[in-house]
Amino acid sequence: MSDIVCDNCGSTEAVVHLTQIVNNQMSTHRLCEKCAAEKGLESTPEPANFPLTDFLAQMGKDPAVDADPASTQCPFCGLTFRDFRETGRLGCPQCYETYAPHLQRLLRRVHGGTQHVGKVYLPPDPSASELERRLDALRRKLNRAVESEDFERAAELRDEIRSLEPA
Amino acid sequence: MNDLPAIPDHGLSWLEASGDHADIVLSTRVRLARNLQGHAFGPRARVNDRESVLRKFRECAAKAEFLQGGTLLEMPSLTPRSRKILLERRLVTRDLLGDPQSGPVRGAAVHVSGSAPVSVMVNEEDHIRAQSLLSGLRIEQAWRLVDRLDEELGRELPFAYHHEFGFLTSCPTNVGSGLRASVFMHLPGLVLTKEIAKVLQGLGQVGLTFRGLYGEGSEVVGNFFQVSNQTTLGKTEEDLVDHLDKMVRQVIQYEMHARQVLLRDAQGVTEDKIWRAYGLLRYARTLSFEEFMNLLSGVRLGLSLKLLPGLRVYTLNKMMIFTQPAHLEEAAGRDLSSAESDAHRAAYVRRVLAAEGEVSRGDRPSDEGPPSDRF
Repeated sequence: MSDIVCDNCGSTEAVVHLTQIVNNQMSTHRLCEKCAAEKGLESTPEPANFPLTDFLAQMGKDPAVDADPASTQCPFCGLTFRDFRETGRLGCPQCYETYAPHLQRLLRRVHGGTQHVGKVYLPPDPSASELERRLDALRRKLNRAVESEDFERAAELRDEIRSLEPA
Repeated sequence: MNDLPAIPDHGLSWLEASGDHADIVLSTRVRLARNLQGHAFGPRARVNDRESVLRKFRECAAKAEFLQGGTLLEMPSLTPRSRKILLERRLVTRDLLGDPQSGPVRGAAVHVSGSAPVSVMVNEEDHIRAQSLLSGLRIEQAWRLVDRLDEELGRELPFAYHHEFGFLTSCPTNVGSGLRASVFMHLPGLVLTKEIAKVLQGLGQVGLTFRGLYGEGSEVVGNFFQVSNQTTLGKTEEDLVDHLDKMVRQVIQYEMHARQVLLRDAQGVTEDKIWRAYGLLRYARTLSFEEFMNLLSGVRLGLSLKLLPGLRVYTLNKMMIFTQPAHLEEAAGRDLSSAESDAHRAAYVRRVLAAEGEVSRGDRPSDEGPPSDRF
């Protein structure tokens, strides 16, 4: 018999140390075998809580969101905003247009901004404007590489730009 | 292995204990989440969406230079044990394996490259999850690899991309770059000196997060932590990767300092813990996975502190993988009860440690370095 008390039922046979990380806060619980099994520690662990869940829960109380008819649906996949609130998952690329204003607020909260500044993607059959956007981004990257004296990377970027530039 | 014959190097090159700080950092992973235009994301995708995504990926993989000589494994056609082996080798996620009762969905697959340490999960939460997995601390290199793979995939597959939000993902926490870089670290010094909470809290303040052995929601066992970037939008991939690299190097410094403190202030106790851990692993007749991991942590620390000469980091890394339940069952050629599994685990560990030879007595901390042939 161990002398460690189960945090859940108070029995003195705590054998499982559960370390949980919720919102980057670590907490340790000592549990007896029975309580641990009840919490499902034998099987797949529950996904940890993460900021999105909290934010979505808060959003549920937000009058601005409630004013939005719960019946709004994504025209492509049929996802309602309520579905999103419950699962934290969007249904399809079109959802990002359908729920753009909400998502902008959410993304600001989760990521600190809404504007992607990383890789610029060019679809398999790009239009001229897409090509120009991509070239702009690559030129900016080339400048950064040169500034930081990463010449190997700069050479790669130069070649990539040449391959995309109209002859 | 019955139906995983074709995986090049069995997807285990990340165990080789090469790369920077291999005694503290087991592996580096960088993954990119991508989705295809015109299809619902994983959780809402229908069978025909998933089949269409898999078909397009298959066509693309045939052309992509980076995926040559690889193998595409469709989850539903694998045995449950083979699927678990892939999970234990960190080539797939629990999500790809689907519900424990009903199994993986149609279209769920993983492609393991034959020419580079990269793999692609198809029809997980996102249509495409491309990853590179390297031994030791090599974030920049891992990013370059997966970036090249992404370029090849993107030339053939029409990715869902938004001028403001970037690469669109099922979960808004991945949108933008879709990049999650994570470093799998062993931090016993910080745990034993009780500095770990402070360090982890600090990571949170600089936009990083940490998880246990199997990613999101999993338990921290054996003092192993996965440190990764929390946000994916609003920074370039290079900045995300560079920031993680800098912070991880800082954590390594803290860890090395903590280990020096242990040696300075508690040498006797530390050595005792390490030798007890070694002794138990060397002779125990049953070991649960959790107990094994905790003992392994002690031995790994001893090796890193040069208190257990004669052992290799590679051996310890390999043991971590081959002592997991599905690997033990595969070796036994049958299903094992939990008690049998514990006995098989202990037997395997005894055998590996015996083959590695007796480590020196260690009446005093040895001055010898670790063996030069670390791999």
